[in-house]
Amino acid sequence: MGEEEKGEKLMIVFRKAPYGTIYSFEGLENVLIMGAYDQDISVLFIDDGIYAIKAGMETEAVGIKNFSPTFRAIEAYDIEKLYIDKDSLEKRGLSIDDLVIQPKVIDAEQVESLMEEQKNFFMF
Amino acid sequence: MLHLVNKSPYESACMDSVDKYAHKGSPILLFEDGVYAAIAGAAFESRIKKIMGDHEVYVLKEDLAARGIADRMVDGVKEVDYAGFVDLAEQNKTVSWS
Repeated sequence: MGEEEKGEKLMIVFRKAPYGTIYSFEGLENVLIMGAYDQDISVLFIDDGIYAIKAGMETEAVGIKNFSPTFRAIEAYDIEKLYIDKDSLEKRGLSIDDLVIQPKVIDAEQVESLMEEQKNFFMF
Repeated sequence: MLHLVNKSPYESACMDSVDKYAHKGSPILLFEDGVYAAIAGAAFESRIKKIMGDHEVYVLKEDLAARGIADRMVDGVKEVDYAGFVDLAEQNKTVSWS
């Protein structure tokens, strides 16, 4: 199905670190649920949200399931509009090669424009 | 797009995110602990004034009253009541930073 035939433009935004709170886990579930519907979904990682997709997490010792590999399933749901804020990555000592998925790296101005295009937001 | 902030700038980086990602001209509504961002004479005053150069900043009256800071707002901040909040949310798409 072409993009123009899809439903409303929705954006799921990750902006908190994983494990300290349940937000990013809930955000991931939200992406997978929304992916089942015919909506025009974009996923954006900004601020501490970029830490949710850091590769190499080992969570056994803290007793919490490592959910980062599940982000790789996003593509199977035909969600291809994945973005990450360049400055958030740099400021937090990571690069695109440190992540379990490879969202498109964009700057804050591009984030602004992308947000302006959306109809609704789900903030996590 | 209306940006909603309900956390104090001293406790949370929400205002930093809004400052960074909000499109110039988009209104910002401070409510609950978000209203502390607009106190005159506070450490955040210069930041909020700078932000007000690019955005209309609204504060929720009821939350100012509850916190005893209604007379402490930076000049130029616009007060709205709950009905005004609803009007703003009707007129704009909204995004919540919390």
